[in-house]
Amino acid sequence: MKKLQVTLLSGRSLSQGREKEQGKLSKSYFQSVACCEINGEDIKEIGLDYGENVRISTKYGSVVIKAIAPKQTLERGIVFIPYGIWATQISGSETDGTGMPSYKGISSTLESAKKEKVLTVNQLIKKSFRRKITKKR
Amino acid sequence: MSQNVISNAVCTVCGCSCDHLEVTIDEEKIVKVKNACAMSSGKMLGYMNERITQPLMKKGNTLKPTTYDRAIEATAKTITKSSSPLFYGWSLTSNEAIEIGVDLAEETGGFFDNTTSTCHGPTILGVHEIGESSCTLGEIRHRADLVIYWGANPVHAHPLHMSRYTVMSKGRFRKSRADRKLIVIDVRKTDTAKLADVFIQLKPNSDYELMVALRAAVRGDEIEQEIVAGVPIDKIEELAEMLINCEFGALFFGLGLTMSAGKSKNIEAALSLVAELNSKTKFVIMPMRGHFNVTGANNVTTWLTGYPYAVDFTQGFPRYNPGETSAVDLLARGECDSALIVASDPISNFPYQAAKHLTSVPLITIDPHITPTTMCSNIILPSAHVGIETTGSTYRMDGVVLETRKLVDPPKGVKTDVEILSALLKRVKFLSR
Repeated sequence: MKKLQVTLLSGRSLSQGREKEQGKLSKSYFQSVACCEINGEDIKEIGLDYGENVRISTKYGSVVIKAIAPKQTLERGIVFIPYGIWATQISGSETDGTGMPSYKGISSTLESAKKEKVLTVNQLIKKSFRRKITKKR
Repeated sequence: MSQNVISNAVCTVCGCSCDHLEVTIDEEKIVKVKNACAMSSGKMLGYMNERITQPLMKKGNTLKPTTYDRAIEATAKTITKSSSPLFYGWSLTSNEAIEIGVDLAEETGGFFDNTTSTCHGPTILGVHEIGESSCTLGEIRHRADLVIYWGANPVHAHPLHMSRYTVMSKGRFRKSRADRKLIVIDVRKTDTAKLADVFIQLKPNSDYELMVALRAAVRGDEIEQEIVAGVPIDKIEELAEMLINCEFGALFFGLGLTMSAGKSKNIEAALSLVAELNSKTKFVIMPMRGHFNVTGANNVTTWLTGYPYAVDFTQGFPRYNPGETSAVDLLARGECDSALIVASDPISNFPYQAAKHLTSVPLITIDPHITPTTMCSNIILPSAHVGIETTGSTYRMDGVVLETRKLVDPPKGVKTDVEILSALLKRVKFLSR
């Protein structure tokens, strides 16, 4: 399957800012954050349509989210994911001695994930952060 | 039914701290908000969504309701037993709460960090090196005839910034949009860029190069390259000319600079550019701060410890070394053996590896809402919203202090951050003596 090398920006979007106030488990928050804005030519190249799911991978991890049309102009080769738990699954914790992780300008790969599902907050937490239950002796 | 209208309420979403909201209250509920942006009205009308109204503690694998007394006692025991607890968050609460937080960290010998370390931390590092020429937003509103947004998208992140403080505001000496120039520099043509008189699109991760070239052009140096950061040199020289010829310029910058390659070096370059411009005209620079009281978190921590964030008390006195003592670095190295999170959601916002370590230590959260962080916590202490359900002072992004208002009562039995933290500090002092 065709993979495409892109630069990932994560950032604030107005709908992310608005919908987080609806609650982080709300459907509207999920819809406004678990998505990736991709340029029209780029999405064609990986054989997807808007509304289908895309896998985006960096050297830190990989996540499946919904591919959507850019809400603001986006050049080829750049993708945008709103801040949230989906974006941070693929961001690294090196800070170059500043305390600040690189949330923008991350080298990533896009590929089709038509048949995979986008995990909800609950499912993602279960998958990524489930605590080990330590039995008392 | 009687409706009560409160005017000049202070918004508690972003660093703009807009203080002109008109809030209508009907039977202890906010029913209407005027003058607010989409984020602000989202918060004002949605503050009751997904609330936690009772303290919760983990028993086995499930969270069970408990009382504040029990939850505070358990929290106090956990953090006093820890050798290096992390106290993180603080940007969505009042200065008064932050003050108690610093005391708690000092008392327990932990790390005290606020969300600055994952937003404008590099800005502060840059300011340590170069210094900044700043002013209040009011001065910019009245005087600035040229405004730059660099790596910032206020239409989305600070929706009223332009209409209240910059190009679209009505100032004493600059009456309208026609009296001001707007320049936007970004890696993509954002909705803010669409409003600009001049938009400069640069390649991702090359802000530093463009900044240095622009500074050279301002100085009158000849640049030997034809293109820098994807921008033709004649465009850079034209821009330099515009900046030199303004009467009062203001450079606002966002996370586009702090989160991209270069980080604090980008900020040093921006501050140096503005210093250079001040030899030709009047120019100021200001970071677009995100959370409503992140500026307060820096200020309060500075008056109490001498340092603005990432303060390490583990040796009994305040130490500061971002990159080492900042939350993401500590967690990524697997340090900190417990964490108290106040008004923040690091499980959503930290890179996976750092968030993962948080879920492997006792995690206690003080927050009004259910968030991924509360979902991973062992103890949850619900709190009232500052600026909606309780008062408290906050710093606007330009350092102006504003007193937020109490508009409605918190849900029955829910305490404020200040009440919870004071009770916790009292227990911690008792246990550690």
